[in-house]
Amino acid sequence: MIDFEPSEEQALIVETVHQFAENEIRPVARESDESASLSVGVLNSAHELGLVANGIPEEHGGGGDPSAMLGCLIAEELAWGDLSTALGILSPSLLAVPVARLGTDEQRARILPTLTGPSFVPGALAAVEPRFDSDVHRPQTTAKSNADGFQIDGVKCQVPWIEGGKDLLVFAEGEGGAQGFLVPRDAEGLTVEIEKNLGTHGLPLAEVAFTGVQVAPSARLGGDDAPGMHEIIDRGRVGLAACAVGMSRAALEVSRDYAKERETFGSPIATRQAIAFKIADMAIEIDGARLLAWEAACALDDGKPAGRLAALAYSQARRVALKVADDSVQIFGGHGFIREYLPEMYLRNAAGFTSSFEALTLV
Amino acid sequence: MAISFELTENSQISIAHYQAMALEQMRPISRKYDEEEHALPVEWVNYWWETGRKGAPVDVSRPTDGFVTVCIQAEEICWGDCGLYLRMPTPALGGSAVGAAGTPEQRELFLSRFQADGHPIWGAMAITEPSAGSDASAIETTADFDPETEEWILNGHKIFCTAGQQSATVDGGITVVWATVDKSAGRGGIKSFVVPANTPGMELIGCEKKMGIRASDTASLRFENCRVPKDHLLGNPDVQKKSSKKTGDKGFKGAMATFDASRPIVAAMAVGVGRASLDFLKEELERQGVSIRYDAPPREVTAIERDVTEMEADLQAARLLTWKAAWMMNKGKPNNLEASIAKAKAGLAVTRICQKAVELLGPVGYSRKVLVEKWFRDAKINDIFEGTQQINQLIVARRILDYPSAMLR
Repeated sequence: MIDFEPSEEQALIVETVHQFAENEIRPVARESDESASLSVGVLNSAHELGLVANGIPEEHGGGGDPSAMLGCLIAEELAWGDLSTALGILSPSLLAVPVARLGTDEQRARILPTLTGPSFVPGALAAVEPRFDSDVHRPQTTAKSNADGFQIDGVKCQVPWIEGGKDLLVFAEGEGGAQGFLVPRDAEGLTVEIEKNLGTHGLPLAEVAFTGVQVAPSARLGGDDAPGMHEIIDRGRVGLAACAVGMSRAALEVSRDYAKERETFGSPIATRQAIAFKIADMAIEIDGARLLAWEAACALDDGKPAGRLAALAYSQARRVALKVADDSVQIFGGHGFIREYLPEMYLRNAAGFTSSFEALTLV
Repeated sequence: MAISFELTENSQISIAHYQAMALEQMRPISRKYDEEEHALPVEWVNYWWETGRKGAPVDVSRPTDGFVTVCIQAEEICWGDCGLYLRMPTPALGGSAVGAAGTPEQRELFLSRFQADGHPIWGAMAITEPSAGSDASAIETTADFDPETEEWILNGHKIFCTAGQQSATVDGGITVVWATVDKSAGRGGIKSFVVPANTPGMELIGCEKKMGIRASDTASLRFENCRVPKDHLLGNPDVQKKSSKKTGDKGFKGAMATFDASRPIVAAMAVGVGRASLDFLKEELERQGVSIRYDAPPREVTAIERDVTEMEADLQAARLLTWKAAWMMNKGKPNNLEASIAKAKAGLAVTRICQKAVELLGPVGYSRKVLVEKWFRDAKINDIFEGTQQINQLIVARRILDYPSAMLR
């Protein structure tokens, strides 16, 4: 039956995560962007909340109830706090979700417990390539099988590179489409350069080059079955859509508050239709984008084909995020352009969604 | 409960049922009644009265999506033809008004007849006047009480009354008329009255010639000393004076609550028209060997693929927002904000979708050989009636900003 109400358990988790985002994440959002670093304290406190463990089976130390829907709800709240920090906190999902869902027993036993230990261990996934025609489904990066396993060559970008991680999942062209390969971060032939981007300054992202990187046969995600990455890409799009909704909601709220405070010609600018209608449109579009993400998440949870819904959800959410963030800057006027306020950061971050983000978080 | 997008089995039965009805009963006469503006679509009216109104063959002992199913029905029938939907013999907005503001006795008195046998009858609601549209509080039609006969006497001029020709002239029909019982009381003096068909003093002046939804009768009605019994005033007859600011327009607000129920339905109607256009567009593209790749990388996406993907995303967003507003009604939750969100999103998205379909189909879209150009004309009204885009933006903005109407006009 059609229902738009989170379960009691989900509502409780949303409430907890929202408190965390409000009290721990939002206060460090600007500082994180300016210093181009994530707060280690926040990452560790988030880890204690067990947000990622939910997607990991119980036998490997997780909560055992993987749900894309819950993942969406959590991602929205965290990204409401700050997008960079949210993507950092959720980075273990980049290993947890693919390995738990597609990994061999050996891969699951080796990787998953490392993510549920006493302290935060980041994950990393290399999906995007530094070219205008980057195609997450058909990477230019190759994995050629040889006597010792696979040799990986190519260049990836926008790879989350938070300190303390061990493994990296790389999308490479194996046989007929993208396959996943687990590569140690310190593998020979792998070079890393931290990027500087338009937005999401707080999140360390790296360009990672693979030059004749040799991995064992057991490095291929799923082993000999070598499943395609379609479902993982869908999970990335739904997760990013939820993040875009969360950030947009934050932009709406700061715009609303500012518009009620800022006066022109003797009354708040929010009393003018030119401003009020922008705010209404933000609310309308954000609600719509959220429901598209939810519908795609439910399809994933029900094991239904979700490719089209995930694509629609992400397509909508990324457009909405850019429009909302831009309107937010506009409502703040000159102050929107000043880094003392948040809208300019939202606008720069939004370009990440519209330009290139793929598989930066997974639900 | 938990979040779910799974329709009940009964809703799925409804979709299939109304889809077939749209295809078999509506599409074949869609063009005909677009061309023959104002003609009564007799075959459709009779079909609805004899067969259609019995509903889908659902199992009543099984769970239902409630008001969501009402929206599904509206979407499917408007996928068939939005103009014919508005010409159906139903209580329509008159029913929404009686439902929202009437007493249980009034609901029984005015609505049960739509389930009864006999000839087809219609309901309608008359609010708009030549100089009062979006600002419903500015209406000038008056209702004066005659204590001797215990009747209300209506005087005024109403326009844009959907289904008003039928509701005013076919015996058994009801027209809900908004009028002020005390101009000095402002909104607090505005009440709604049920005027039975052919009541002396109510005169049908004519029907508008329109861009679209031409099968729908958009009536002008004149009221000259039109008398209705005392109990035909819906809800509470007490006039709330302006002076008590908190409750000053309670009656008016009660009447406006009609829209919280009707806006999701209008949104669903819009989604139906939009889907008709989009379905046609995609089928035509497929016939020409063009299929939409949702997964194509940006450098490969064609302009058409991008347009269609955005149209689909917008349409689905509109549909889900509509269902959400309807679901809240099921839950008995106030849905004023969500109803306006759904209506604003659907009205604009569908207008754009239908315009884009004509554009992408080129001369095929422009030709009256197929229905795409008709849907272009039909779609636009959904962004105007039951609250224009701008009125719904106002409502959403007031809610988000937590402003009373006086702060934001």
